[in-house]
Amino acid sequence: MIGINVYLVLIAIATLLSMYRVFRGPTTADRLVAVDIMTTITAGLMVLFALYYQRMIFLDVALVYAILAFGGVIAFARYMEGGL
Amino acid sequence: MNALAAIGEALVLIGTFFYFLSALGLIRMPDVYNRMQTSTKSATLGSLGVMVGVGIWALGTDFGSAAWLTKSIVIAVFLLLTNPISAHALIRAAYKSGIPLWEGSVVDKYREHLEAKDKGEVEEAPAEEGDEE
Repeated sequence: MIGINVYLVLIAIATLLSMYRVFRGPTTADRLVAVDIMTTITAGLMVLFALYYQRMIFLDVALVYAILAFGGVIAFARYMEGGL
Repeated sequence: MNALAAIGEALVLIGTFFYFLSALGLIRMPDVYNRMQTSTKSATLGSLGVMVGVGIWALGTDFGSAAWLTKSIVIAVFLLLTNPISAHALIRAAYKSGIPLWEGSVVDKYREHLEAKDKGEVEEAPAEEGDEE
């Protein structure tokens, strides 16, 4: 098999590609969708880092990060809809 | 390398591939609705692959225990539940704030539904008691 370093680099490249849409996106909704995808990909990166460093506590970091990102995206969506 | 580590690594490889596809769709697609559609679905599938794969992969190593698999499945189920909700809320807000569809789009069912509702052709769902709006 290929090894964990290659997966880490590939996921980091995917994060950078979505970062491009965050900077470039013509409308606010484009940037928000890109931020949503970027947080999902970053949660996966944190889970892989837990395996890389052999520390199970990093899985809790990924879980809390996913929860906070979900709340933030919902709050931004309500704000963009005009209901906040 | 034993069998559990090999299975987990294959799952992580599949998940990484789908993560990469979602980032690619985010760049490649023409408007915000297409971008949301391509990237959210594949990112959810990629999250399932990576997290369950890491749990199974850790079982095959010398430091792994069953708690790895349990915690990673908890994260995967949470993302599986919340990712479509956040995408739905985002894209509904984008539609309500008036972002136009791509000029090559051929169908807009939500606008047809809203127009039919304005004319009174669609039965309104009965308003529930205590609805905040």
